[in-house]
Amino acid sequence: METSVTLANLEERVDKRAPLVLGRETLSSVTDIVARPMEMATPNAWWICFLLALSGLGILGGSIAYLFWEGVGVWGLNNRVGWAWDITNFVFWVGIGHAGTLISAILFLFRQKWRTSINRAAEAMTIFAVICALIFPGIHVGRVWVAYWLFPIPNQMAMWPNFRSPLLWDVFAVSTYFTVSTLFWFVGLIPDIATFRDRSKGVRKFVYGLFALGWRGSHRHWLNYERAYLILAALSTPLVLSVHTIVSFDFATSQLPGWHATIFPPYFVAGAIFSGFAMVINLMIICRWVFKLEHLVTMRHFENMAKIILLTGSIVGYAYAMEFFIAWYSGNPYERYIFVSRATGPYAWAYWTMITCNVVIPQLFWVRKIRTNLWALFIISVFVNIGMWFERFVIIVTSLHRTFLPSSWAYFRPTIIDISTFIGSFGLFFTLFLLFIRFLPIVAIAEVKTVMPEADPHNHDNKEGAH
Amino acid sequence: MSQKQDLYGVLAEFSSASEIYHACEKVRDKGFTHWDAHTPFPVHGLEKAMGLKPSKIPWIVLALGLSGATGGMTLQWWINTQAYPLVISGKPYFSWQAFVPVTFELGVLLGAFGAVFGMLFLNRLPMWYHSLFRSQRFERVTDDKFFISIEARDPKFDATATSKMLTELGATHVELVEQ
Repeated sequence: METSVTLANLEERVDKRAPLVLGRETLSSVTDIVARPMEMATPNAWWICFLLALSGLGILGGSIAYLFWEGVGVWGLNNRVGWAWDITNFVFWVGIGHAGTLISAILFLFRQKWRTSINRAAEAMTIFAVICALIFPGIHVGRVWVAYWLFPIPNQMAMWPNFRSPLLWDVFAVSTYFTVSTLFWFVGLIPDIATFRDRSKGVRKFVYGLFALGWRGSHRHWLNYERAYLILAALSTPLVLSVHTIVSFDFATSQLPGWHATIFPPYFVAGAIFSGFAMVINLMIICRWVFKLEHLVTMRHFENMAKIILLTGSIVGYAYAMEFFIAWYSGNPYERYIFVSRATGPYAWAYWTMITCNVVIPQLFWVRKIRTNLWALFIISVFVNIGMWFERFVIIVTSLHRTFLPSSWAYFRPTIIDISTFIGSFGLFFTLFLLFIRFLPIVAIAEVKTVMPEADPHNHDNKEGAH
Repeated sequence: MSQKQDLYGVLAEFSSASEIYHACEKVRDKGFTHWDAHTPFPVHGLEKAMGLKPSKIPWIVLALGLSGATGGMTLQWWINTQAYPLVISGKPYFSWQAFVPVTFELGVLLGAFGAVFGMLFLNRLPMWYHSLFRSQRFERVTDDKFFISIEARDPKFDATATSKMLTELGATHVELVEQ
């Protein structure tokens, strides 16, 4: 039965749109499905995951405390390689965040209604990933107690930051991105928190009521609300493109071979969406299975995401090839050398890991059977994220470790603190995500209802259903 | 007549989007002004059935977004030419091209503030107490029920006649709500 329903949802028919909500769900059963995780007794599996995530968070806290105490020497940095895992992790986490904004803003503007079942969880992922990302530039500055110098704050030294530096643009871009994503997420949550308020009692009713701001579904409110939501989507779209563009400027505006390339902005944005969608697939497969969301998060959603991964993965593969072509075509010996060294030098293992995970493996998504197999989706998505972490590592470390002067060449090796900080950031991410899936609506309830046939005010006028 | 002063209005429950859509058209045509529809999700086109004007949000966003961008460029001009002039890479003090990213980000940031806080301001939210929350049935407005509320301060309001009208429009339940 389940397979026939799944197939019906995957079919492409000219005369009829595929349903986005399966089964015989009604308005109120959709509310019930989404409210279940909040109302059920806490599952043991949740506690086990939460304790694991909390341990990870503890590792992060310990690693950062040790770093602050001893200084950045506890990382494996050396005279050549001054940026390594810290900035790799930063770009990795920011990139993951981008899929959430793509789903919530860009697909919204393109009226891609299938986004409604997955946008809430993807937006939450964005915010938590950006929190993880913000930690790394914050702690890598060395003298963390003067990290506020990043901001243009009037001070007794009458000193101001350098507004010509892409590193400062980054401060503005990522903090704006975090703020706007959080506001966008909260605005989307207001009606659904009101739903939770109306279903709960006691302390919970008070807390949900506080954050629901007294929402009462008034259509005079919906009118302003929908317009505000549309504008936020329209603002977030150029914002998300600008954020990873500016992150890529951190490299592209330098004159280092391997970094100094005009292809970086679109290449970084495509890579960010690529890795982010992989993370969304991983998270949604687990949430869907644990909270029985099969009727809301359907196979069609996963297939669509797999197609986006295939597209962006191919763009990334094209960019890798183009980097090599330009290195050769430029005739610049340093540029040529750094690319040959990437593929054959001491970091060739990292380079070929990246190529395998990002270029080769996602091509399996051309096969529909693989695109619609949850195990295959899950495993390939994990590979994509491994590959995208290595992409940033390759770009940063291989370009730095060999400079114009061979006597100063060096090899970077991570220390235990490098590794524990990175693992710890996953602890932070999953702690936040687990709290989110336990206490907040992981599917946008009001929005899913709008894509159901019941939402159409002319549903009963014309039973044939012209659309 | 003290009853009239304590009365917030009348609340009518409907069970589908199409029913409330047609009921709203009738309430609009009867000339009521202080009334509202309450739905679990934005019903497409209901603002037409209610005769509402388009939202003013875009103007707020435009004003704040432009001030964000202007403020961002002005800040960078002032810092680089007045407060802390410093030659960097032999470029002019005011090389506006380098200041575009921060200008853009601040424009987006303030525009987003305009959208969110403008929406809350126009909707008079947060408002944690509202008379309609007195009704037990109204809790389902965030689930699967649709409501029309007509306020007692509306000049055309009459507790008995208005309730009767809403029942005739297909309301499954009509109740009076106190202040």
